[in-house]
Amino acid sequence: MRNLDLRVLLVLARKEFWDRLRNRWVIAVAGIFTVFALVIAYFGTAQGGAVGFHGMDVTITSLVSLVIYLVPLIALMLGYDAVVGERERGSLDLLLSQPISRLELLLGKYLGLAAALAVSTVAGFGLVGVVLSYGVGLPALARYGGFVLSTLALGCTFLSLAVLLSVKAANRVTASGMAIASWFLLVLVYDLILLGLMVATSGQPYADVFPALLLLNPADVFRILNVYAMEEMRALYGLATAMPGTLTNPWLLGAVMLAWIVVPLALAYRSFRTP
Amino acid sequence: MNESAIDVRGVRKRYGEVLAVDDVSFGVSAGRLYGLIGHNGAGKSTLIRLMLGLLAPDAGSIGILGEPVLGSRFREVRRRIGYLPENVSLYDNLTGAETLRFYADMKAVDARACAPLLQRLQLADAAHRPVRTYSKGMRQRLGFAQALLGDPRVLFLDEPTSGLDPEGIREFYRLLHDLKQQGVTVLLSSHNLAQLQDRVDGLALIRGGRLQAAGTIQQLREALNLPVRIHAAWHPHVNGGPRELLRGIRGCTIETSQDGECTIACSQRDKVGVLSALLAAAHAPNDLRVQEPSLEDVFLGYSIAPEQDENAQP
Repeated sequence: MRNLDLRVLLVLARKEFWDRLRNRWVIAVAGIFTVFALVIAYFGTAQGGAVGFHGMDVTITSLVSLVIYLVPLIALMLGYDAVVGERERGSLDLLLSQPISRLELLLGKYLGLAAALAVSTVAGFGLVGVVLSYGVGLPALARYGGFVLSTLALGCTFLSLAVLLSVKAANRVTASGMAIASWFLLVLVYDLILLGLMVATSGQPYADVFPALLLLNPADVFRILNVYAMEEMRALYGLATAMPGTLTNPWLLGAVMLAWIVVPLALAYRSFRTP
Repeated sequence: MNESAIDVRGVRKRYGEVLAVDDVSFGVSAGRLYGLIGHNGAGKSTLIRLMLGLLAPDAGSIGILGEPVLGSRFREVRRRIGYLPENVSLYDNLTGAETLRFYADMKAVDARACAPLLQRLQLADAAHRPVRTYSKGMRQRLGFAQALLGDPRVLFLDEPTSGLDPEGIREFYRLLHDLKQQGVTVLLSSHNLAQLQDRVDGLALIRGGRLQAAGTIQQLREALNLPVRIHAAWHPHVNGGPRELLRGIRGCTIETSQDGECTIACSQRDKVGVLSALLAAAHAPNDLRVQEPSLEDVFLGYSIAPEQDENAQP
């Protein structure tokens, strides 16, 4: 692989980032995150007849079930246009005629979009974290920090997938369709299918396979990372035996998340590298 | 002897069923202004994109400034190339100055080079307005400014004058002339034959993805042996006319219009003979105009007689 020119990466990333800052994408998404996080922190337990902040772990658990739908969708919408948009508008040729490599183009765009996502995520949830931090201990705050970090990782995996779709799709309409289909499959359908299979087979012959299959979906990895990995939560939900201990190892889960970022980008490059 | 700035050899490119570029070869010496002529869809843009390494040829090879396109050192060559795509698409949300800055950064060109370029292309007043407010001509000029970043040695301009008004077109060719003086090689594509006529040093005619002819306009004219038209007029009271004068020269056709002006069509070879005969006559014409075959005639000539290809290779 040729050497990457960091200067070029920075130029491309900066443009993507500034575009999202300027068209107010960053502030809009940060605002959505802030409002949702606040509403969930204070009214998330309203169904149980109580209103108010009920501790960090309950809040994180409620937030996880929101973020798992919202963030993948936002990341896919952020990234599906990255390459196919330039191709369709006719600006890709001019970009590729510059003294830059195709890998730099993909990575630069990815980094810029990821930075936009990171700023909105950290600003949106971070602001709420500051509000919630009154009266909770440092460990609870650290767990919230972990949640924000894993949310960002979740966003980055779907952003990576979006860039892959953007390279593969023939036009923007196809790319957006593929993005929505991926969201539908990975976020909504995948767990249902797994559950269905598990019930249909009584979970017996493949008892070890099902938890491993969860690792093939970044949304599930995110859920495990935040819920199952928490001692209290496992006790609370009585899930202590549902997942084998090795699969809830945060390092393993982190590595799986990283693979979900790297592999789609590598596939995108493989199909984009040859003119 | 000039080194070859652009060297295209046996290039072929297929899109599915369509052979977009079929066995095209030509060369452009450094410091020349070279025209790629053909109808829309003839394969000009594909050829330019192949020369820039935006497409990979199915067969053949292309060298720019002595380096193979898509070779390991082509990235360096790209620093010395300027490209203006057909119907250039820029980023609507950026201002003119920001657009230029973005491309300058990618080419590692000093940002201080941007302002003089905007000035040179009369965009200084609009520099801080978003590109979405620009007219088509302004976009085209901004695209051209972008192509000029970093003092390129070779310029690829795809239909560069579309969207420019007549004044803009003149200004554009004046700029190209200056660049040529500095030794810049320019390859431009166009279907506007009249515009290129007196401005290009050489040209290649492309039709249906094939190279029909390449050379200077004069070479192409001679290869086709297109007739020269001589318009002559006499004082109304003069008798005689050209018929007797030109009796000795065969292969001339003479037409006389209502107002008495004659149009004599003769071969390139006989041109001087015809003119001498006319001037040597006792009753010489009082007005003469020599009309060389236009680029359009040449272009049409090749579409009628495509089998004469080989004669015109430079």
